[in-house]
Amino acid sequence: MIKVKDISKIYQTGTVETAALANISFEIKKGDYVAIMGPSGSGKSTLMHIIGILDSPTKGEYFLDGQKVSQLSEDEAAEVRNHKIGFIFQAFNLLPRTTALQNVILPMRYANISVEERVEKAKKYLTMVGLGDRMNHTSNQLSGGQQQRVAIARGLAMNPAILLADEPTGNIASAQAEEIMKIFEKLNQDGHTIVMITHEADIADHAKRVIHLKDGKIIKDERNGKKIKK
Amino acid sequence: MEDLIETIKESFGTLTLNKMRTGLAILGIVIGIGSVIALISLGQASQKSIQNSIQSLGSNLLTVMPGGQRSGAIQGPSGGGTTLTLADAKAIESTSKITTINSVSPELSQRSQVTAGRNNTNTSILGVYPQYSTIRKVDIANGVFISQSDVDNVRKVAVLGPQVVEDLFGEGSTNVVGQTIRVGGQQLKVIGVTVSKGGSGFQNQDDRIYVPLSTAQKQLFGVNYLSSIAVEAKNANVMIDAQNEIGYFLLEKHKLSDPANADFSIFSQNDILNTASQVTGTFTALLGGIAAISLLVGGIGIMNIMLVTVTERTREIGLRKALGAKKKTIITQFLTEAIILTFTGGILGMVIGVIISYILAIVMSLPFTISFSAIGLAIGVSGAIGIIFGWYPAQKAAGLQPIEALRYE
Ligand SMILES: Nc1ncnc2c1ncn2[C@@H]1O[C@H](COP(=O)(O)OP(=O)(O)OP(=O)(O)O)[C@@H](O)[C@H]1O
Ligand SMILES: [Mg+2]
Repeated sequence: MIKVKDISKIYQTGTVETAALANISFEIKKGDYVAIMGPSGSGKSTLMHIIGILDSPTKGEYFLDGQKVSQLSEDEAAEVRNHKIGFIFQAFNLLPRTTALQNVILPMRYANISVEERVEKAKKYLTMVGLGDRMNHTSNQLSGGQQQRVAIARGLAMNPAILLADEPTGNIASAQAEEIMKIFEKLNQDGHTIVMITHEADIADHAKRVIHLKDGKIIKDERNGKKIKK
Repeated sequence: MEDLIETIKESFGTLTLNKMRTGLAILGIVIGIGSVIALISLGQASQKSIQNSIQSLGSNLLTVMPGGQRSGAIQGPSGGGTTLTLADAKAIESTSKITTINSVSPELSQRSQVTAGRNNTNTSILGVYPQYSTIRKVDIANGVFISQSDVDNVRKVAVLGPQVVEDLFGEGSTNVVGQTIRVGGQQLKVIGVTVSKGGSGFQNQDDRIYVPLSTAQKQLFGVNYLSSIAVEAKNANVMIDAQNEIGYFLLEKHKLSDPANADFSIFSQNDILNTASQVTGTFTALLGGIAAISLLVGGIGIMNIMLVTVTERTREIGLRKALGAKKKTIITQFLTEAIILTFTGGILGMVIGVIISYILAIVMSLPFTISFSAIGLAIGVSGAIGIIFGWYPAQKAAGLQPIEALRYE
């Protein structure tokens, strides 16, 4: 599903070069549930941006669903993101003053999906995340946990190959965070591939596999607490 | 299509969020379009009023003047030359070679000092035939106009314009028929007064004295030429034919072979109309141009607001791109907003412009014209301004990198 080969990302700030990622390689299989952990500045977000085709690596190759996506044009990348990746951001990133329903519909507007189908699907996913009675609330009328659930419904809207979540519980209370984790677990049981970034160990515990980053390198790769051999 | 409607709805939603700002952004366009429409209508109204007054002089009218053709269509009214004679006028009227005309009016015009009792004035003396009154549309308020028998008998009679009456007999004088005036040592009896035609300046038709042509030539000025021959064509469609027929006929009569050496020139009322239209057209264009500058300023205002909007909504743009919006989609979104702004401004400006031109028309007693071309132009231009001045901000929005935009605080 995801195949990353020798990827590096080097940021140039003035004359200083920062290697946010240094020769990283790994694979993620369909249906897996992976957490990426690491201290601040270890390159987690950078990696997630590359996996999400929001950014391209300085070096290396990245295949998504067998398609090489590391060097796409902007519009091609937009299309792949639209169809294959569901984003869940730490800061929710819902459209302000827009209803939950319209927020979930948004990615479907960028694909050729009929208006009836958009509404039908958006309602289905909102009901699934437990917001069936909040569909016409605007984003500022929802709590943090509710907003994140709208974001999850939006991430699911295009039925993407993977769900990418960057610190999905970073901005919400722990009770709400547990609820989000339950939704993730259920989604994974239904066959969705999930890649989640977190620096909280108890959140990472929900995942089947945990990749540890430090200084742009993978220092540990565990499945259910056991090391994965290369 | 559905998507476009959705985009338009969404744009309206965004624009109504900040009503004050949207209103101010639109105001520039409202003022711009409003002033373009008001000023163009004003220009066209004055053009129309000038045309009306020229046409009231007779639209089938041709004027033959002595002297060669000059580049401009209007020559000095006196002509100066002495090449036209009464014989020419009579020949034009009687020849079988000219078939497109109704009647001919030989005219001699000269300025002279006129006295009545102790009052005197300097005015135009026109020696005319009776045809003059029909061809030039002169109406009589009191008494009668010059008759053929006055001409034939070289009678010392005069018909006065109301301005002359006022100058010679005082304001409000009504009963001047039968009075005597003196022109160049000759006593003339007033037999009529014309209806006021208004007008001012070089063509004031109220400041004139009409006398029989024969009297003017023989008794007053001692000349045998004419200063002009007015010819009425059968209708407006044969003006050019009439002009040509008279031209060739006179060339032959004057024994001239090359039209370039013609010792006369022929103007139609259209020539004069065209010159006047050119002048007022330039005037209208100038007014429109000044107004267009305010429109330009309005457009720059829109661009400014759109740039602010793009900066403010950087995160939103980043999010949309992350979720799969292509460049084209983002451009469409921001262009739609800009066009809605300018278009709304254009419609409001149009309404205000029409109201202003209506008020101006009443205040300046001009004919009120709604210029549909100006309205079409305003609508088209306001849309175009949205595209032109929305283009750069929209490009800027579409060019944002999704991660940079998402990171933007
Ligand atoms: N646009 C950039 N320009 C220069 N350096 C950058 C840029 N983005 C990230 N970096 C650097 O790359 C490194 C990795 O950053 P990244 O955001 O991936 O860390 P992270 O693991 O997500 O940290 P956190 O847990 O704090 O979010 C850091 O040293 C950071 O300073
Ligand atoms: Mg991060």
